[in-house]
Amino acid sequence: MDWFTEHKIPLGRWMESFVDWLTLNAAGFFDAISISLEWVILSLVDLFLWFPDWFIIAFVAALAWGLHRKVSLAVFSAASLLLILNLGYWTEMIETLVLVLTATALSILFGIPLGILAAHRRWVYTVLRPILDLMQTIPTFVYLIPTLVLFGLGVVPGLISTIIFAIAAPIRLTYLGISRVPEELIEAGKAFGASPAKLLLKVELPAAMSSIMAGVTQCIMLSLSMVVIAALVGADGLGKPVIRALNTVNISQGFEAGLAIVLVAIILDRICKKPGSSEEV
Amino acid sequence: MAAVDIKNLDVVFGRNQNRTLALMDEGLSRQEILDRTGDVVGVQGASLNVKQGEICVLMGLSGSGKSSLLRAVNGLNPISRGSLEVQDGKRMVDLAQCDAATLRHLRSQRISMVFQKFALMPWLSVVDNVAFGLEMQNVGKRERRRRAMEKLEMVGLAEWHDKLPHELSGGMQQRVGLARAFAMDSDILLMDEPFSALDPLIRTQLQDELIALQRQLNKTILFVSHDLDEALKIGTHIAIMESARIIQHGKPEDIVLNPSTTYVQNFVAHTNPLNVLRGRSLMTGIGALQLEGESLLLNVHDQSRVELQNGKPVSAHRGGQRLSLLEWQEGQPLDSVGDNMVVIASPEISMRSAIELRYRSGLPVLLSEGGELVGILSDRDFYHALLGKHFTQEAEQAEVA
Repeated sequence: MDWFTEHKIPLGRWMESFVDWLTLNAAGFFDAISISLEWVILSLVDLFLWFPDWFIIAFVAALAWGLHRKVSLAVFSAASLLLILNLGYWTEMIETLVLVLTATALSILFGIPLGILAAHRRWVYTVLRPILDLMQTIPTFVYLIPTLVLFGLGVVPGLISTIIFAIAAPIRLTYLGISRVPEELIEAGKAFGASPAKLLLKVELPAAMSSIMAGVTQCIMLSLSMVVIAALVGADGLGKPVIRALNTVNISQGFEAGLAIVLVAIILDRICKKPGSSEEV
Repeated sequence: MAAVDIKNLDVVFGRNQNRTLALMDEGLSRQEILDRTGDVVGVQGASLNVKQGEICVLMGLSGSGKSSLLRAVNGLNPISRGSLEVQDGKRMVDLAQCDAATLRHLRSQRISMVFQKFALMPWLSVVDNVAFGLEMQNVGKRERRRRAMEKLEMVGLAEWHDKLPHELSGGMQQRVGLARAFAMDSDILLMDEPFSALDPLIRTQLQDELIALQRQLNKTILFVSHDLDEALKIGTHIAIMESARIIQHGKPEDIVLNPSTTYVQNFVAHTNPLNVLRGRSLMTGIGALQLEGESLLLNVHDQSRVELQNGKPVSAHRGGQRLSLLEWQEGQPLDSVGDNMVVIASPEISMRSAIELRYRSGLPVLLSEGGELVGILSDRDFYHALLGKHFTQEAEQAEVA
């Protein structure tokens, strides 16, 4: 067995050379992505911070009321945000919110079409499935390293890692929703002369909507769970105080920042849930 | 002109079409073909001509291929071989050879469909469901709402227009399905067991409504059913299918009176003859009646008689009392018929009406054609048919032959 262990298969080396090759040959491409995404995120953060804090609190409360007609939810959202403001994590909260929303938006942008494609073409799903499994099971830190190399330090590698982790949810649930549309509805669509595009827009997507929305909500939650890890590669937000607290064994700071993350999570979850289905889950 | 003309149609589900078709030609059974190629033969060698305005009922047990045939007519099932032509204006379009755009044109302009389990879009309101087909045709929102409301009115659901389908009962949901199909203003209507998911009372009611609507709109309807009574009630023509083939096609009465195989016979033996049989096939003919000169005894007990002149009934009496003669037409009210009348009807009278007339007048019903008496319907004739003797007799004859 000595011979066997001496001749190590250079899997890690191969991967490294691949990443090296990417950095050498596609640097411009990754830089372009990095720069534009960073610009989008920073502008959004600036935009949100430009609004007075009371305005954002009122807006979130109004949104909660407008979507769900529940006073309790509106009051809870306002109170939570006020607490975060009071604890002094307002800027971090906004940064986190922007990171999560951008990651979710990009995941939806790529995830939903991929899910639809997978539902329509069996082979796409056959190829996609192991990749999705891999993306969800591989430890986050492992792909944090190449994203760091490719995109540089800052908010973008955090965003990319978040997307890699969270995009599986919208893909899977879109696939599931579309492939579970009752055959008779598809047939009714066809029988009334629907073109493939109309069939998708007027039958499949509406029929799969609850499943797709569940995917979106899940995607938001998964993105939020990446906040601390994103902070490790330099993404600003509520993750940073948590990391700092960990490094300095600062219980009070850790608790406060952690609480702020939980509150944001609860608000997002409750607001994004489909009205009426909140009791079911 | 034929609205739908099907010739030697084969529908095969599976990947080995060519091999399966070859095996079908060799005369292998469906089961053998399934074992050898894994393909399912849906329809085999079907030829059917449906004329404008006909209601053709495809009838058979589950798995007989009736739905497969129906679904081939709007291209939901692929055609493996043969031709299936649908009238489109002045030309006939062959679905076996048409492209996607033509197929969409046929589906949105010529053929609409009603589904067994309604297949309404659960997220659309009733009126939007009815307008669904119009939306597929890119009809403007206002126009399609107007047309949808019109059809909802027709099926009596106008005030439910803003409800969601699940808020309606099954019967109402199927009315929405009907309205959705009617909203297309297409001439050909495919109905895939539309009433079999409903309870019997609602089913009867919807059958009556369909017949009434058909009278008003004069569509060509292909209707799938596994219930012969329904087929006999609705259909102007019936095609009976067994293991992927059409084994008999004809008018309802032909099917009941002359079943071509024992399979059809068994089906027919359990039907209710009231809706199908007509006076002519039930009556005791003039030749078998015992005439005393020009006088025919109708009732031995009270000596009711009818007097004929050159074969034409002219007067009737009971002992010394005169009875009036009533010429009865189908559709005429029955209330006016009393026990002092002798009813004369056409040989085309349905058994149901004849029994009603016999019951009200207390006397056999005379059947006349062109003024001449051709036969009478008495209790014996009715009992004969009700007991199904009709069919056994035919069967015995068939066996002897």
